[in-house]
Amino acid sequence: MRSLLRYLLKNYAFLLFLSLEVFSFILIFNFNSYQKAQYLNSSNQVTGTVYNTYNAVERYFSLGSVNRKLAGENARLKSLISDLPFIRVTPYSVVMKAEVTDSVYRFNSARVINNSVDKQNNYITLNKGRKHGIKPDQGIVNSEGIVGVITNVSESYSLGFSVLNKRWGASAKLKKSGTFGPLSWDGKDSRFANLTGIPFHVELEVGDTVVTSSYSSVFPEAVMIGIIHSFEKPAGENYYNISVKLSVNFRALSYVDVVENLKKDEIKALESKKADDPDNQ
Amino acid sequence: MIRIISKYVFMFISLVLVQVLIFNQVQFSGFFNPYVYLLFIILLPLSAPRYLVLILAFLLGLIIDVFSNSLGVHSAATVFAAYARPLVIRVISNREDDKSDYPGLHQNKLIWFVNYVLIMVLLHHTVLFYLEVYTFTNFFNTFYRVILSSLFSIIIIVLSQFLVFKDS
Repeated sequence: MRSLLRYLLKNYAFLLFLSLEVFSFILIFNFNSYQKAQYLNSSNQVTGTVYNTYNAVERYFSLGSVNRKLAGENARLKSLISDLPFIRVTPYSVVMKAEVTDSVYRFNSARVINNSVDKQNNYITLNKGRKHGIKPDQGIVNSEGIVGVITNVSESYSLGFSVLNKRWGASAKLKKSGTFGPLSWDGKDSRFANLTGIPFHVELEVGDTVVTSSYSSVFPEAVMIGIIHSFEKPAGENYYNISVKLSVNFRALSYVDVVENLKKDEIKALESKKADDPDNQ
Repeated sequence: MIRIISKYVFMFISLVLVQVLIFNQVQFSGFFNPYVYLLFIILLPLSAPRYLVLILAFLLGLIIDVFSNSLGVHSAATVFAAYARPLVIRVISNREDDKSDYPGLHQNKLIWFVNYVLIMVLLHHTVLFYLEVYTFTNFFNTFYRVILSSLFSIIIIVLSQFLVFKDS
């Protein structure tokens, strides 16, 4: 017993090393279920404040391009608004009723205070949080297309997966044929993502538009994702490998809109009811 | 003693800020991700107790993790580098040399310091990048990222010794 103790005491550094490594690995494994790690991410108050303070200085350098984009989007929206008689403007957001999909989306503007593109799993930190009505599983879009989805929310900041994150994929479809498939990112190039699940009988062309499908309650239908950059037919498989050039420039994100689906709870309740029903198994 | 502790506290905070606000924002390709915060572990006194080095390494890694949303990855890599530090120093040092307690550039020969930084950064970055991609497929792609990012980190760390840490 005493020799065991002496051995442990002599090798305490190794044991400490081992336990710290084990602890780190537990953190790595658990972070996959990201909802659990509520405070250890960049949406918490301290890191959020650091990024926000820094961004308050840094954003002056991109004012020119932000202005240009906002002016462009303004013009586009003005031309849209004249076509839509049923639009209603509230103090800080626009409630848009789209007759086609019969769901109601509210857009909430936010500023990106931290963003990475070169990691294997990239995240976006926004300067709005729970008190502004942001909740997990809301989509993030900007005027160019889809950006990501909210995962964690603190009082005044929020964190989301960007499209450039291997842990998340959007549901996409081809605008021309309506065929849908999952969009995923392989961790290599921030300009391209992969679309799979499109069978060989669908005719493709380079330059075809890829948009969001109507099967997810995160994004409105037909929000721009990108265009087909290249595709190939892998031997022995039934689906194309499609490389999609993303329409959003992730290196220059400044302002984004968080999309809230006001009918989401209703859809979810209905779907869980269907799953419980034994006749439907 | 107080002077030394406050110096390291200042170094800890400024390296974290420099890492998350400047070097994490370097985005000209996925192949260059310099991680210079390891300099803190590199410059700890050689006589510092091992448990302290390990715990500081864990804390440093964890803080970087929280800022970059990669929980556990940086802490695992930094603890690994911190544990390997005494072995690295033993391997590259001559027994006859009179070693200074502070492993900085000006207290040691340039070639010794570069060797020391090179091995430490390579160990740290190898663990870090493979843990980050979490797979050995695309082994060589990750390998290039390790090599290029390490080169970048080493150059920045050695240059910082000439510019920032001149008088210490």
